[in-house]
Amino acid sequence: MPDTAMPILDVNGLKTVFRTRGGDVHAVNSVDFHLCPGELLGVVGESGSGKSVTMMSLLRLLPSPPAEMRDGTVMFDGQDLLTVSPEELRLVRGSKIGFIFQDPMTSLNPVYTIGFQLTEPLRAHLGMSKTQARARAVELLELVGIPDAQRRLKDYPHQFSGGMRQRVMIAIAIACNPQVLIADEPTTALDVTIQAQIIELMKELRRKLGMAIIWITHDLGVIAGIADRVMVMYAGEVVEEGPVREIFRDPRHPYTQALLKTVPAVRGARAEKLQVIEGQPPIMWEAPAACSFRNRCQFAFDRCGRENPALTPVTAEGHRAACFLLENTSTKEPEAVDG
Amino acid sequence: MLTFLIRRLFTAIPTLVLISLIIFLLLDLAPGDPLADQPLSIPPDVRQKMRDALGLDSPAYIRYLLWAKQFFWVEPLVFVDWVTGTGFSEGMQRIVSWQFRAPVFDIIIQRLPQTLWVVGLAYLVGVLIALPIGIISAYRQYSWFDQVGTFVSMIGFSVPPFFSGVLMIVFFAIMLPWFPSIYDTTLVVNDFESFGQQIRQMTLPVMVLALQTTAQLSRFMRASMLDNLNHDYVRTARAKGMTEKVVLLVHVLRNSMIPVVTVIALGIPSIFGGAIITEQIFKVNGLGQLLITAIYANDLPMVQTLAFIFAVLIVLCNLIADMLYGLLDPRIRYD
Ligand SMILES: Nc1ncnc2c1ncn2[C@@H]1O[C@H](COP(=O)(O)OP(=O)(O)OP(=O)(O)O)[C@@H](O)[C@H]1O
Ligand SMILES: [Mg+2]
Repeated sequence: MPDTAMPILDVNGLKTVFRTRGGDVHAVNSVDFHLCPGELLGVVGESGSGKSVTMMSLLRLLPSPPAEMRDGTVMFDGQDLLTVSPEELRLVRGSKIGFIFQDPMTSLNPVYTIGFQLTEPLRAHLGMSKTQARARAVELLELVGIPDAQRRLKDYPHQFSGGMRQRVMIAIAIACNPQVLIADEPTTALDVTIQAQIIELMKELRRKLGMAIIWITHDLGVIAGIADRVMVMYAGEVVEEGPVREIFRDPRHPYTQALLKTVPAVRGARAEKLQVIEGQPPIMWEAPAACSFRNRCQFAFDRCGRENPALTPVTAEGHRAACFLLENTSTKEPEAVDG
Repeated sequence: MLTFLIRRLFTAIPTLVLISLIIFLLLDLAPGDPLADQPLSIPPDVRQKMRDALGLDSPAYIRYLLWAKQFFWVEPLVFVDWVTGTGFSEGMQRIVSWQFRAPVFDIIIQRLPQTLWVVGLAYLVGVLIALPIGIISAYRQYSWFDQVGTFVSMIGFSVPPFFSGVLMIVFFAIMLPWFPSIYDTTLVVNDFESFGQQIRQMTLPVMVLALQTTAQLSRFMRASMLDNLNHDYVRTARAKGMTEKVVLLVHVLRNSMIPVVTVIALGIPSIFGGAIITEQIFKVNGLGQLLITAIYANDLPMVQTLAFIFAVLIVLCNLIADMLYGLLDPRIRYD
């Protein structure tokens, strides 16, 4: 392993399947990744690529049925979160691993006050009394930049704007000083100026609290600015992973390359024409036996339809990609192959 | 909230007046002579005097106003006198039942305990059984518990009380003589044994009525819980590390109760209506039975008063439902 620090979160061979009426949907297929203390891992990929399902699988947050974790290990704190008892898992949720969800409008319980919802984990995990928890809740709200925190504890979610609600969600997620914070598109549901504020807030919190963060987003620009490492997902698989600068400078998987071309001016060169990736990501009715991207890949050749490429190291810094082109043309830009 | 309550009470007044008028006019249109069951040997002039005494030949609006005065003014005064021992209502004419020749309200007060004991208790039992069943069925959707619950409530839905009541009597009073089939109203509860007897005679009617309430309400509770279990805030509560008990009974339950309390509150008046048949079957002489016999006997003041009391109950329970709704859901504002 190229990283010097021991990872605090180590995921291996994670497989999540949804058992639906139409058949099994293989949403996560043998995903491996790790997270080091204090690190910020960016996770990108199109809608439906399995980012949320992967992260929710870690804490077994998906309702079962229909979700089923078929395989894999999630090592955290010396235990496998996929096999620990529900009670042990509960002690990790919200206390050692915090979760921020995509939609702040629906993620808070509409019939309880913010104060109640924020003090709940403090009392459950840290054993605080009601008054202690309220005092801490005020601190937390101030930390996430909610003015007049003392008074606002009595307010209900509908009395907050979307951006403010997401701040409350962040306060809840960091309430117990978790070692890992998973942020699932924390800004997608917000408008642009609010997005920027929330991103600033997250950066600041990270500086102050030093937790490791997994940040799921569609916004490659955000990733370029804050991530240490990037993981690119496609059809429930990790197709490329590595240090953020390498991914942006030298993407190896055709999907990553295409993804970067859909973003304006991330790579500095403003002149480049924006592109779209043609086609749709597939719905995974079967576990992938071949490269899932081949139908949309301009470089696909016959081998792509026979085997599924494994993640192979590209450089010594932990840059890995899953594409057969790496074997043939390890340093050059891949050439178009008709297939 | 208080101003909302007062405003709602005020707006309820014209509604109720209109309802009372409609009830009166409908009853007035109905054919039938209150003196029909008097002996034919009464001479016509005496009969005419009786009609005059009852005010039967005065115009409809006079009779309505008289009833309204008695209902809204005299009877409350009687009540005040009864509570405080004063004598405001002395010499005033109360609403009198043609059938019993006694004040309507005195008879209602006599009959009310039976209805409350049997029907009210059945409703309470039904609600208390239905809520946990609904919660568990939703949480363990498609489990054997849920399947059994679905089956039983299907029966409760589709079998009317006049059938399930008779069935109960056949099974548990005749084939297995565990419970009496007739409710003995004269039973006085003064020791342990008579208390046991009271419990036993209440069991069958309570079971019949509770089955119906449970069937409807548990389905409703289940649906409401299922709906809420899919909401994002449930995932947030789990992600915070709350126990399943807290997730279910603190987070999901309160949200799910919002529509359910409305249904419970609106169901209260139907206790009395729904009791009519069950009271007949088990010979409970409660309000339902009183209404039926009053209709047979053409006892218009009694029918009019009972029907109007039911209407008042419906309006009041609507109001209660609205208030509870607002108490449970902070997004509702009363202004
Ligand atoms: N409840 C479910 N039942 C069946 N399939 C599901 C369910 N939830 C998710 N999936 C499948 O899992 C796949 C991955 O979904 P996921 O929500 O992880 O995507 P995502 O990468 O987070 O997308 P987005 O960027 O839109 O949030 C989807 O393509 C979908 O087909
Ligand atoms: Mg998602």
